[in-house]
Amino acid sequence: MSSPAELRYSKEHEWVRVQGDVAVIGITAHAANELGDVVFVDLPQVGATIKQFVVFGAVESVKAVSDLFSPISGSVLARNEALSTAPESINADPYGSGWLLEIRIGDPTELDLLLDAPGYDKLTA
Amino acid sequence: MRRTALHGEHRRLGARMVDFAGWEMPVQYAGVIEEHQIVRTNVGIFDLSHMGEIWVRGPHAGAALDRALVSLPSALNLGRAQYSIIVNDAGGMVDDLLVYRVADEEWLVVANASNTARVADLLAQRIGASASVTDESDATAMIAVQGPRSSEAVAALFEPEEADAVRSLRSYACRRSVALVAGSRISLVIARTGYTGEDGFECYLPVDSATSLWRALLTTGTPGAPMPRPIGIGARDTLRLEAGMPLFGNELREELTPFDVGLGRIVRFNKGEGVVGDAALTARSAAGAQVGRALVGLKITGRGIARHGHGVHLPDGRLIGHITSGTHSPTLGFPIALADLIASAGPYPLGATLEVLIREERVAAVVTGVPFVPKGVIGTERT
Repeated sequence: MSSPAELRYSKEHEWVRVQGDVAVIGITAHAANELGDVVFVDLPQVGATIKQFVVFGAVESVKAVSDLFSPISGSVLARNEALSTAPESINADPYGSGWLLEIRIGDPTELDLLLDAPGYDKLTA
Repeated sequence: MRRTALHGEHRRLGARMVDFAGWEMPVQYAGVIEEHQIVRTNVGIFDLSHMGEIWVRGPHAGAALDRALVSLPSALNLGRAQYSIIVNDAGGMVDDLLVYRVADEEWLVVANASNTARVADLLAQRIGASASVTDESDATAMIAVQGPRSSEAVAALFEPEEADAVRSLRSYACRRSVALVAGSRISLVIARTGYTGEDGFECYLPVDSATSLWRALLTTGTPGAPMPRPIGIGARDTLRLEAGMPLFGNELREELTPFDVGLGRIVRFNKGEGVVGDAALTARSAAGAQVGRALVGLKITGRGIARHGHGVHLPDGRLIGHITSGTHSPTLGFPIALADLIASAGPYPLGATLEVLIREERVAAVVTGVPFVPKGVIGTERT
């Protein structure tokens, strides 16, 4: 299955949807599938600063914990509070209701360091 | 990596395979939570062929096992099983075991995959010429059938009279039996034992019969009831943890005695001369529960899931031990854990508040009774 063409991807399996100077980030379907049933998500507070390719939180499946690496730097505008009661959205709809954070983009040139959909699909093939 | 006789079946069923104690095993088929719920509400089938099967046979086998293990296998009646532990001279746990008296002079000792070779060696050394010790693990498959509908699933494998005998096995009972599958007969040992906290059975059979028994179990459901489903080792772990059952390598380690993990009740004393670990365990038993370690159940009430290795602290910040196993409980809907704590920093009464260090944050936890989920919580048939 190919990844959505309008998104950018990191090698650590996060995606970014850019809307002006704001970005929504999440984890890819491939990552969600590898993790298995997600049961807990640990996200930074609104207002926190996150840095590209640095750990900003964690996602836990029944079996294991995985660090979340930010695909881009910025400050957190919103986090998906619905995940605290419905973390399974990450498995069911990783590019939609399973989103993690909305951030204000710190440095748009960082987007050039990310993969496009065909590049990401090649990485996970 | 080693593969069980059912490796091709797991692949065909779309399982995700992982390395487990050097074996390539199915961690999940449909998903850990879904499989967990199947076992709690219906019936699931597990390939446990990585486990070790060691036979001890002969007129003196029972007495020899009494000296080699902490329990009293010689006291088992024919067709009964007991949970046991093999310790070193210092009383440290080398493995936990199930011991079945299958025939008058035949005991089956089932060991964890990672410890089978060592257990077989120790049994051979300790038993010497008193009885024959044979590691038949390579020739033996193990298939578990677990869940409230497990007796219906296994009964379909046998002719009517034998099906009745299997259905009426009591908890921790076993029998030699012959299943009739697709016109051919399969000799097996079937026991009413398990590692899920549900009613269920474990079958020990020749590896070349494993595929036909496995396929029969997955296709012979009761009309109108959901079919049995394959269950991976991921759900096996969440099921056993909800049931408060220890896992070797997590709760049970060679640095600890049975008394440090709440298993002192299975240690029998006054068994005579030459019992391995007897002096050390006698001293440890006399020292009481205020020394050594205590294994404590925790419900995590703060945000986060406690995992193996996380530190456990008193509210004043003092480090008192570590988490040995922790997961999100699919049945309860909140995180649960077992913790190995310094006994002298206790006691740890039910309801006491502790803290677990999860990713540099102190998260509240409350001491809770085990099992976390009582046996047969959904309604278990017992005959």
